[in-house]
Amino acid sequence: MIEKEYAYFPGCSLKGTARGYEESLLQVFSTLGIKMKEIDDWNCCGATFYMSVDEMLSFTLSCRNMALADKMGGKMVIPCAACYLATKKTKDYVQKYDTIGGKIRGALNEVGLKYSDKVQLKHPVEILHDDYGLKELSSKVKKSIEHLKVVPYYGCQLVRPYTDVDDPMHPSIMDKVLSALGAKVVNYPLKTRCCGGSLMGTIEDIALRLNYILLKEAVERGGNCIAVLCPLCQFNLDCYQDEINARYNANFSIPVMYFTQVIGMALGLDKEKIGLQRSLVPADSLLR
Amino acid sequence: MKVQRTIKYEEELNRNFPHEVADYPGGENLWDCIQCGTCSGTCPVSLYMDHTPRKIIAMIRGGFKDDVLKSFTIWICSSCYACTVQCPMTIKITEIMYSLKRMAIDSGYFPKKFAIPVLAREFVEMVKKNGRVNEGLLTTKLMLKTEPFKMLKSASLGIKLMRAGRMNMFASEKIRKPEEITKLLDKLEEK
Ligand code: SF4
Ligand code: SF4
Ligand code: SF4
Ligand code: SF4
Repeated sequence: MIEKEYAYFPGCSLKGTARGYEESLLQVFSTLGIKMKEIDDWNCCGATFYMSVDEMLSFTLSCRNMALADKMGGKMVIPCAACYLATKKTKDYVQKYDTIGGKIRGALNEVGLKYSDKVQLKHPVEILHDDYGLKELSSKVKKSIEHLKVVPYYGCQLVRPYTDVDDPMHPSIMDKVLSALGAKVVNYPLKTRCCGGSLMGTIEDIALRLNYILLKEAVERGGNCIAVLCPLCQFNLDCYQDEINARYNANFSIPVMYFTQVIGMALGLDKEKIGLQRSLVPADSLLR
Repeated sequence: MKVQRTIKYEEELNRNFPHEVADYPGGENLWDCIQCGTCSGTCPVSLYMDHTPRKIIAMIRGGFKDDVLKSFTIWICSSCYACTVQCPMTIKITEIMYSLKRMAIDSGYFPKKFAIPVLAREFVEMVKKNGRVNEGLLTTKLMLKTEPFKMLKSASLGIKLMRAGRMNMFASEKIRKPEEITKLLDKLEEK
């Protein structure tokens, strides 16, 4: 069991295109009795775009969030894989490079905040696997999800370049969580092959092809749904299926769920409560 | 047939360039590269690049500043870190690509109206002002500035997303104290 309350950092996507992720995460955690409170007045983590324009700005933004989380007990939950990496990288660099750390500490001081390197960063899948425990989790199943043949897609930012979550190329942490709930997990060698991320908005031709490859392999391996841990992975795989079908003469119609939605199904939560109605490829055929 | 030299003469190279790159955090062990090609082999988008990641490393070390910063490669890199975790010499190729992007932006080395730097700049402006990002608004602004014709094609996706409650262009995603962000960032720039 988990005693402490977590400091929840939603990130911008979970308030926008990934609302279903937030809805399912909150429902699942409260059903399981995991206490979590949203960080008051959090800001965008800066993620990849900031990194390409000005790294210092990106680090500073993440440090403000960590300073806020520290005030709440220092256990920070980050469901967006991109935010997770940006924050983790910041923590690493602040420690490794004095020039970066010193400057940021000074700036934070100016607004009355203090950065502490004791903040712990966790993705929800780590909390379920490491802190909550698989045994406890499987005892909470209310509804069978044995008919789900889940393709576990991790994407890249959660497992790389830092390797403390799991193996950077062949992770299995989500596989274990979903199997513990009774789902069949498909062997999917492309589980960490990048979907292109924001290339979908910039060089669409490349991103569509990458996602086509991911979908094709998912279907050929016998999956009837895909589970993801990152808002952008969900967006690319779910929202572009029509366009991919048209371009590559395919007929994909495979639901792409946040892993918390799959858990929600096993916990017997209503479709609307876990935001399943927000997916563009409907998951209704999988609801029993 | 006209024979053309494809690499530069020594005097056209920038000897300082590799040191510039190595000085960025993450660029430290640039000199350890053994040109094995593992990075290019693992990269999911190397086949779209004009120079593969391995070649980029070699070109940096050789001082091919213009060619590297003008290359499409650095914009095609999706920062997936596959190369970084596979490199036998633990070279942080992804971080190097980030450094190159920043150098290229700073020195204006990219095609006009090219989407990625535009998106990056719009993003920065939005965060500076509001502390958070509204994704719908961000993509719309991007398209208006780069490919206004794409708007029509993307409109149907936008409508679907709005219906699903996943996009609200008018929601003001804003923190309570955006001035705190401005102050923080100004402070950084001072020093
Ligand atoms: S990574 Fe994306 S979702 Fe996460 S805070 Fe940054 S901009 Fe928002
Ligand atoms: S959206 Fe793509 S780029 Fe981002 S974490 Fe997922 S796989 Fe990686
Ligand atoms: S994998 Fe590493 S050592 Fe091999 S070519 Fe790429 S950068 Fe050089
Ligand atoms: S980080 Fe960039 S260069 Fe490296 S493998 Fe990924 S896309 Fe290729």
